Amino acid sequence: MGGFGRNDMKFIDEFRNKEIAEGLIQKIQKTSTRPIQLMEVCGTHTVSIFRYGIRGILPEQIKLISGPGCPVCVTPNGDIDLAIALSRQKDLIIATFGDMMRVPGSTSSLQKEKAEGRDIRIIYSSLEALKIAKEHPQKKVVFLAIGFETTSPTIAVAILRAKEENLHNLFFLNSQKRVPPALIALLQSKQVKIDGFILPGHVSTIIGTNPYQFIAKDFGRPAVITGFEPLDILQGIWMLLKQIEENRAAVEIQYRRAVHEEGNPIALRKIEEVFEKDEGRWRGIGLIPDSGYRFKESYKEMDARNFEVEVEPPKEHPECLCGEVLQGIKNPPECCLFKKVCHPENPIGPCMVSIEGTCHTYFKYQ
Amino acid sequence: MCLGIPGRVVEIEKNVAKVDVGGFLRDISLDLCPDVSIGEYVLIHTGFAIQKVDEKEAEETLDLLIKMAKGI
Repeated sequence: MGGFGRNDMKFIDEFRNKEIAEGLIQKIQKTSTRPIQLMEVCGTHTVSIFRYGIRGILPEQIKLISGPGCPVCVTPNGDIDLAIALSRQKDLIIATFGDMMRVPGSTSSLQKEKAEGRDIRIIYSSLEALKIAKEHPQKKVVFLAIGFETTSPTIAVAILRAKEENLHNLFFLNSQKRVPPALIALLQSKQVKIDGFILPGHVSTIIGTNPYQFIAKDFGRPAVITGFEPLDILQGIWMLLKQIEENRAAVEIQYRRAVHEEGNPIALRKIEEVFEKDEGRWRGIGLIPDSGYRFKESYKEMDARNFEVEVEPPKEHPECLCGEVLQGIKNPPECCLFKKVCHPENPIGPCMVSIEGTCHTYFKYQ
Repeated sequence: MCLGIPGRVVEIEKNVAKVDVGGFLRDISLDLCPDVSIGEYVLIHTGFAIQKVDEKEAEETLDLLIKMAKGI
């Protein structure tokens, strides 16, 4: 195989077909009879929806609102501050996904700390943290473990391997989140009218359909697990619309090529081996029961929260609306900082930092 | 963050596969998706295969979409 990439991508290109998209849009227009509001939970969906101009081609009465599905964005300030405090420790290396670098903490960011000379390394996979720890046995390595259920099993694998290999210098600052409990919180808060959910395709490859059943059963709302290409999203919207028009509420799968009812049992077992459910703190939303993980007893020695470091009290910019944006209560243009003070070069809140943050997506495409 | 990219498995050695992603070969962990064969497609997330991509399901979805688009 040569070093040059091809442009054609199986399972991607065919789901971008313009003629089929046009047919689907007509179908959606014909089926839609009443004003509805659908939430796309996942930040990757938000990016696709804006990139392909899907909001603009839907009938006016179908409104899409963006949800809290950006792990970087929902990471609370306190955790960023803790990561910054840890990075200032002697003989300690921070390993992090790139998106976290520029997220502003209360007074600094990892990027600023790196410029000050702290050893902060951007990694692509949890396994690279393992490699760094092996290469630097005299130093402590802390991996910033953020992500939803898509990423959690990959973090669990790194923890299991560290244990197997008797690695004593790798630690995890766990700020992972579970998606379904956040949806319960959104539905219970009633601050936003949500007639149906476009559910995250890749989180669902791991968790399957079961953890979402409450959406239909307890709240009577339809939900469709949807893929990320434009045809996937249009079909997902159409499936939601059809349920609404037929007065049905069920959890359906559009993204059949990657999602099965049972999810990925092997990945789920890895998570269960290492973690148990715990409350999780979400930026803007606060504590949500069962929406996070804590280490099980036998892995607690890898918890970076055991380090004794002084962390500054968390404070956020008083005018930043990131919390409301994450819940679909406000749109980025309603924030007085948006585009004026807060832009990708000078992000005030994390929703402007992450490439999947709603503010970043609005800035880029609107 | 939850990006997943499909790629074709071209080689497997223990629990690591060489996966062709748009012409680039990448080493991908099979810890979460061990039951794959050469030639099959997997969805890749942060260096791990997280699920197989089912070609038959993909074709069925596309067929359905074509029929819908044509109004059949």
